[in-house]
Amino acid sequence: MAELCAVVGVGQTKHAACRADVSIAGLVREAVDRALADANITIADVDAIVIGKAPDSLEGVAMPELWLADALAAHGKPVFRVHTAGSVGGSTAIVAAQHVMAGIHGTVLTIGFEKQSDGNAMWALSVPIPFGMPVHAGAGGYFSPIVRGYIGRSGAPKHIGAMVAVKDRTNACKNPYAHLHEPDWTLEKALETPMLWDPIRFIETCPSSDGAMALVLMSEERADKHAGRKAWVHATAMRSEPTAFAGREQVSPVAGEMCAADLWRKAGIKNPAEEIDVVEMYVPFAWFEPMWLENLGFAPRNEGWRWVEDGVTEMGGSLPVNPSGGVLSSNPIGASGMLRFGEAAMQVMGKAGEHQIDGAKKAVGHAYGGGSQFFAMWLVSSTKP
Amino acid sequence: MSEADGLVRLRQPIGVTYNWSAGPNATSHLAGLMAGKFIGKRCPSCTLVYFPPRNGVCPKCAKILAGDVEVGPKGTITTFCIVNVPFLGQKIKLPYVAAQILLDGADISMQHLIQECEAEDVRIGMRVEPVWKDKSEWGPSLENIQHFRPTGEPDRVMGSESGAS
Amino acid sequence: MALRDIAIVGTAQRPSEVNSTFTSVEILLPVIQQLLDKVGIERSEIGFWCHGSCDYMSGQPFSFVSAVDAIGAWPPIIESHVEADGALALYEAWVKIQTGEVDVALVFSNGKTTSGPIDQILSLQTDPYMVAPLKPGFDALAALQARACLEAGVVTERQMAEVAARSRRDARNNAVAFTKGNESVDELLAMPYTLNPLRAHDCATPVDGCNAVVLAAGDVARRLAERPAWIRGIDHRIDTQRLGARSMIESSSAAIAAQKAGVAKDRIDVAELHAPYTHQELLLRNAMGLSESTHINPSGGALVANPAMAAGLARFAEAAESIFAGSADRVLAHCTSGPMLQQNLVCVMEGE
Repeated sequence: MAELCAVVGVGQTKHAACRADVSIAGLVREAVDRALADANITIADVDAIVIGKAPDSLEGVAMPELWLADALAAHGKPVFRVHTAGSVGGSTAIVAAQHVMAGIHGTVLTIGFEKQSDGNAMWALSVPIPFGMPVHAGAGGYFSPIVRGYIGRSGAPKHIGAMVAVKDRTNACKNPYAHLHEPDWTLEKALETPMLWDPIRFIETCPSSDGAMALVLMSEERADKHAGRKAWVHATAMRSEPTAFAGREQVSPVAGEMCAADLWRKAGIKNPAEEIDVVEMYVPFAWFEPMWLENLGFAPRNEGWRWVEDGVTEMGGSLPVNPSGGVLSSNPIGASGMLRFGEAAMQVMGKAGEHQIDGAKKAVGHAYGGGSQFFAMWLVSSTKP
Repeated sequence: MSEADGLVRLRQPIGVTYNWSAGPNATSHLAGLMAGKFIGKRCPSCTLVYFPPRNGVCPKCAKILAGDVEVGPKGTITTFCIVNVPFLGQKIKLPYVAAQILLDGADISMQHLIQECEAEDVRIGMRVEPVWKDKSEWGPSLENIQHFRPTGEPDRVMGSESGAS
Repeated sequence: MALRDIAIVGTAQRPSEVNSTFTSVEILLPVIQQLLDKVGIERSEIGFWCHGSCDYMSGQPFSFVSAVDAIGAWPPIIESHVEADGALALYEAWVKIQTGEVDVALVFSNGKTTSGPIDQILSLQTDPYMVAPLKPGFDALAALQARACLEAGVVTERQMAEVAARSRRDARNNAVAFTKGNESVDELLAMPYTLNPLRAHDCATPVDGCNAVVLAAGDVARRLAERPAWIRGIDHRIDTQRLGARSMIESSSAAIAAQKAGVAKDRIDVAELHAPYTHQELLLRNAMGLSESTHINPSGGALVANPAMAAGLARFAEAAESIFAGSADRVLAHCTSGPMLQQNLVCVMEGE
């Protein structure tokens, strides 16, 4: 039987296109120091460190957690590095939580980061592979045909993506750490932005950011003695499937559905839309919000876009999605998944400041990566399961 | 090295050279491309035909693909996007269409460019055929095909628009 | 909370080669299939898959993603990846099984080390501002350490040559090993330095390789293997990377990990140490307090076959096999990462 694990501290950097004011170590410590302060502990109190980030070619440092051991005062401690593509921030938090749940460490610091302005992100993410046909369409070019598939099968009106984008960018204005602070978007202005990879528009696309997120996790025994507010981890889930195979369902991948179903089962959730107060889901291209609402089991198949149109996912709606502004407003790739998991924790800890959803008791963090093939989720609550 | 705001910035180019192998299971596929043909491979378990034969394995069954199958040359667009983003070193004129094409006889689509028509005329279900570069430029690569163009045949009705497969 | 009893119940390794023309997927798939057949288990019975590899080594971002094609991830599976040696992937799998979420895990790792300039790639692990721009080779950093050890009298060149001679001889009995030899210690000492004070044979042979092991808990392990290799202790620690900030002639992280893993509790019959340089085997022996009676690297060790990101898991495979074979009762498997034995994982396994 696993131990209980709680988030007792959360810290993140001010995410930006280029954090030229700090070194990689400085970026990481900015988030770490805030998390430690939030948890009211010192770095000496940390038993183990679990770090995740995306491909190392983004910064040009191979396995940087080795070099960062000094900056993290990790001498004599375990340092563990996770890399599961875009979902890495989420899977890292899960691996860290499992160190606590397994009873191996009582206080674990977990970090997700990316300082992608140090390198060339576009190149680093799509180094051309010999013998293939480079169409140079990037991530947007990969996902936009899938979005086209969703629009076709669901009959969603064309403005839904822009609605999500306006919502997330507006929400981000209430998040001091978010990369993009763009208060003046309206749906009309959004629909005038150019198509980048038709049907995905400019405003519906995530930025490229430098940033880091850190969480302090504690075992139940230690968390019970800890005076601050906590986010108890009720359940975690991960699923993966191959990138491409004949007949693969790309719009609503089975791995995502199974990951969510596993999470609901473990957490005893029968009706996600009613029982969950807020969702931080990984939406790098706006259309993924209606798609994931369906994939995760909140909205029925082909109905996710209606929820967006009806305002269900607005901050004042019945199921707020991404009150932090989400990946659409900040995307340091290695950190983004942990930003979702951490923002979910902040909500139930009552620490989300201006973008707090009042009375949030149960929140979900979600991350995905690769060709929509790696999924990681957790459910956190202000009370123990 | 540059200095600004009291910070020193060092630009350090890092060049690493690798030998990349397509692997023996790609041999007939690549040899096919050098002979102007599309050679896919069949999974011995689920019998589906893969073109290109990624890593020579069927990802669903975890079996080495066996048995060459000639596919195409024509195919059907299963999904696509219109790219409007300039890419570093780009030679293709914007906007251009990147499409998933299901070659006749294959069970999984491949990615390539669509040209010789207006971007807004591209449709799911459109029939296309390859336009090869001059033979003198051929190598073991899908780049031997300059692009695909519409054949003018009637569209094929696709199954549920799954998006890419 | 009491820890679950978890054991290695089967292993598979691909014989090492250099300049392999196979893709990573093509070499992984048969090894994993071989392991499943050996253990007598279906894919569907594996609760968790965990993979160790390094993007920088393969020259492609997200290179591990294609490995998912080698394991048959359909229907969807629970799977994870570490940007590190398979031994760390084994640690993650061990933690996962400890939580009780799963009972069986398959851990695999691969490295096509010879497809790229491994000496340069590993040196990119160093401080990007102060050290990496000096372009120190990874072997050169090891040579600095070897020089410090020699000067301090902690090792001698003869002892280093003895490690090499023994490893190359033992390698002749190991189908997975690459470098095999029959030289005497004096013959090796007569060879020229390649990176003073290191000679060619003092440095591990980079090879292309992959391997996999199955971990299982309690009665499941007893069902799957006649003599499971039970993990009695496992721990990993890291040292500072700053050159000169710590003593180069010892490895405190290896010592701590060994102590936490319970190495000293009883005699160790076989120790498979991941030592890519001969002097490092001697340092590790000191750090872990291994006695003269412990048989070190009967496989030949990483010196004779070093598939980066898989060499550590190879030590686990070799150590476990000696338990399966009944030739050892209590063994140690070790993995290192980073320059100069910076990070170390130590595991103690026992046969029942």
